[in-house]
Formats: sequence, structure tokens, C-alpha cells
Amino acid sequence: MTPKATILTADEVRRALTRIAHEIIERNRGAENLALIGIHTRGIPLAHRLAQKLGELEGVEVPTGMLDITLYRDDLSEVAHQPIIRETQVPFDLARRRVVLVDDVLFTGRTVRAALDALIDLGRPASIQLAVLVDRGHRELPIRADYVGKNLPTARAEMVKVKLQETDGVDLVELHDLPEAAQ
Amino acid sequence: MTAPTPPRPRSLLDFQGWTPERLNALLNNADTMNQVLDRPVKKVPALQGLTVCTAFFENSTRTRISFELAARRMSADVVSFAAGASSLSKGESLRDTVEVLTAYKVDAFVVRHPASGAAHLVARYSGKPVINAGDGRRAHPTQALLDAYTIRQEYGSLEGKKVAIIGDIRHSRVARSNAELLPKLGAEVVLCGPATLLPADLAALPGVTLTTDPREAVRGAHAVMALRLQQERMNAGYLASLQEYAGRYQVNEALMREAESGAIVLHPGPMNRDLEISSEVADGPRSRILKQVENGQAVRMSVLYHLLVGRD
Repeated sequence: MTPKATILTADEVRRALTRIAHEIIERNRGAENLALIGIHTRGIPLAHRLAQKLGELEGVEVPTGMLDITLYRDDLSEVAHQPIIRETQVPFDLARRRVVLVDDVLFTGRTVRAALDALIDLGRPASIQLAVLVDRGHRELPIRADYVGKNLPTARAEMVKVKLQETDGVDLVELHDLPEAAQ
Repeated sequence: MTAPTPPRPRSLLDFQGWTPERLNALLNNADTMNQVLDRPVKKVPALQGLTVCTAFFENSTRTRISFELAARRMSADVVSFAAGASSLSKGESLRDTVEVLTAYKVDAFVVRHPASGAAHLVARYSGKPVINAGDGRRAHPTQALLDAYTIRQEYGSLEGKKVAIIGDIRHSRVARSNAELLPKLGAEVVLCGPATLLPADLAALPGVTLTTDPREAVRGAHAVMALRLQQERMNAGYLASLQEYAGRYQVNEALMREAESGAIVLHPGPMNRDLEISSEVADGPRSRILKQVENGQAVRMSVLYHLLVGRD
């Protein structure tokens, strides 16, 4: 599928994540008691990259986890064919931690709602913040991100494709037309 | 040209129509369900708004509790139906009972019945997903799945593993379901018991062999499963005496010495201690009997999820 536009190059992805890391430090007055939890799939490598940047900037090791929201989705009848549940791994106590949820694209807000439910079942963090690489709008729930790499007004009939080294071999954010069958 | 994907089975009555890929996906998802069971909040909203009816026409406290907990852990509502206290005792037919429950908007049935094929009837009359929780001598697929899962948990895979199942094979739906399932997942199954309790037709199943020699069955096995000896078989003349049976077929330390060094021991329960299995083995380090019970809940959560969520 040919993209209609490149939204972020590899350098721009790197700069966006660096800026988000600075914003996280500023808002939380450092990185103490922070934790980063990536939402499957591409939220996980993004969380790891942010943790690395926070470590470089603040000299602290920020714990990271991964969250699968499949069992918390509210669109069960639309889940495809063979439901695959992936691993949730939060190997630290959430109590009193300031947790930053990390995802690649913020769209309707339903994934984040499910992630909030999933996270709260695992423990009681002091606060939960949200970091996304791209906010493409079209929210169906009253959810907004605390940290945004790129605000991107899109049409419903478009698709934002985030590619990352760890999952796709390249860092790139592209805009595509949604195939007609999927509209 | 690739072959079209076969439609997803709507029910789990036996393993017909269940490909190794779907079965492995189901077992993989059971890993996640086990993680849920290890959390402080042992509940997810995956089946919220759905109602599961456990319809048990034959007693089975353990299996019923396992299914009901599995459904509740997934946030389904559960309605429990026991044949003894129902209109069945007033003469109502199985069909009418199922149609009434379906009219109450039940979304799925878990059925235990003494007659082989009863779960198929419930599926036909209800039009809903049905999980067979044991029908006559025919099938007990979730027990076989939790056995497979427990062995996989030990070895990482069933590929190339030898599983010996020892006891009353003839009357065991557990043995029959395992004989269907385990070879699909790459394991070799040896069924072993006295000749009177070893139906020859099972040898026709791929990956399954039969023997009356327990040492031969256990030699090189990675997992050994003892089956409950139903003592009513004594009256039917299948066995000379319990002592003779225990002397030859009991899964004990001496027999386990023939197995692989790290071999595990399974039993679908409830056990007749020191009859089909020695207490020493049942409580020993090789035993995974309580692990089977624990895994049963996760596997049943995964089965409910597979049947009730998603579209074709």
C-alpha cells in the first residue's frame, strides 16, 4: 500500500520522543516513582525508548511494563475471527507510582479506556498519564493525552501507520487511505 | 492458491473441526488466563453481559465449579441447572428444557450428561455455543485440553512427547478425548489397561497404540495418566479383583521407574488412592494432579472466550 504522506521521519520520531521525555520530567518534577507501561503492540517499544531517554536525562532507571487490553475491549462482536490474547507484564508494584501509559496512536479513545480498566485491576497507581506518538482525533470518549508527539487532523477514511525499528525495521509514521473494504 | 480457512467451530463438543492451530491458540490464551488468576483482581470484563448456563444432568461438583468460576472470572452471568431439581424429574424432555433455557436468553451452555451425544442435541435445539463437559463415554474435551496444557506447561510443547494413559479405557471419555487431542498436537499416546477394558477400535486413531502391558506403556513416557477405576465395573465382570488390578496396573513408584526421568503424573480425579494410583506417587514430586485442577479453570476461561467472542 502506498502512503499518501509521510508524517514523521525517523529523526522526527526521535525528536518527538525526546521532547515527550522532557515534558514527563518537567510535569513530574523528575523521574522518581515513575513507571512506563506500553500498550501492545507498538506502545511497548515506545515505552522502552522513553525509559531509556528518561534514564539518560535523569540518571534513574524507570521500570517499564506491557499491557494487553484484549480482555477489556468493549467491541467484542467486532473482534476478528481468532482472538489472540497477548502478554501483560507489569513486574513492579503499581501502588503510589505515577504511571505513564504509552501508545503509538490515539484515535477513538476506546483502547485507552480499556487500558485504564486493565491497569486499575493490577493495582492502584498514584496517577495515570497518557503519552502517544500521534493524536489523530475522532475521539468517542472524553479522553485526552498528556503528552503528544504529533497532533494530526485526519479523516475517518484515513489510516495512520506507525512503523518502528523494533517491530517493522524502520522508524516512520505514514498516512494511508483506508482500503474501501475496511471503511 | 491457499486453502480457505475452515469456519471457526461454534461449540466444543469434541475435537472435530478443531485444527492444531486453533487448539494451540486456545492453549496460548490459557497462559494469559492463568496470569489473570494470579492477580489480586481475578476478574476481567471480557464476557460482561453474557449468560452461561451450566446444565448438569449428571453429578460433578468439581467440573461444575471449575466452569462456573471460569465464567464468573470473565464477568459472565451464570445460571446453574441441576437435573435432579428440575422439571426433568416431572417428565420434561431434554429438548423442552433446553428450549425453555434458550428462551431465557442464555448465551451458551455447558453440558454434562450421562448419554453420549447429549451435548450435540443441546447444540442443535439451542442454536447456541455448547461446551461438552462430559457426555457418556464419548468425550470430555476440556479435561483433555487441561491435560494437554499441563503437559505443555512442563515441556514447552507436546511435539514428540509420549503420554501413557492407564486404566479403564473402555468407559473413559477422558481417555477417548485425550486420544483424539494429544496426537493432533504432536504427542504419541499409549492406552493401557486389562484386555476387557481396552476397546480395539481406538487403535485406529492416528498416533495411538494399545497395550495390556503397563511397563511397555510407561517405558520412555513423558507423562503418565492414571484413570479412575469405576468400581461398579467389578460387578459387570470386567475385572477379576481389585487387588489383582492394583497389583498389575497401579501407577506407583516401581512403574514410574520405567518412564523418562522427569516424567510427570496426571489423574483426572477423583482418585481412588492406592487402587489405580499409589499415594506415594499422587502426593510425590512428579504429581501434577493439583496443577491440572488449577489449569482447568484457565483452560475453561480460554474455551469460553474463544466460543463467545469474535466473529467469523
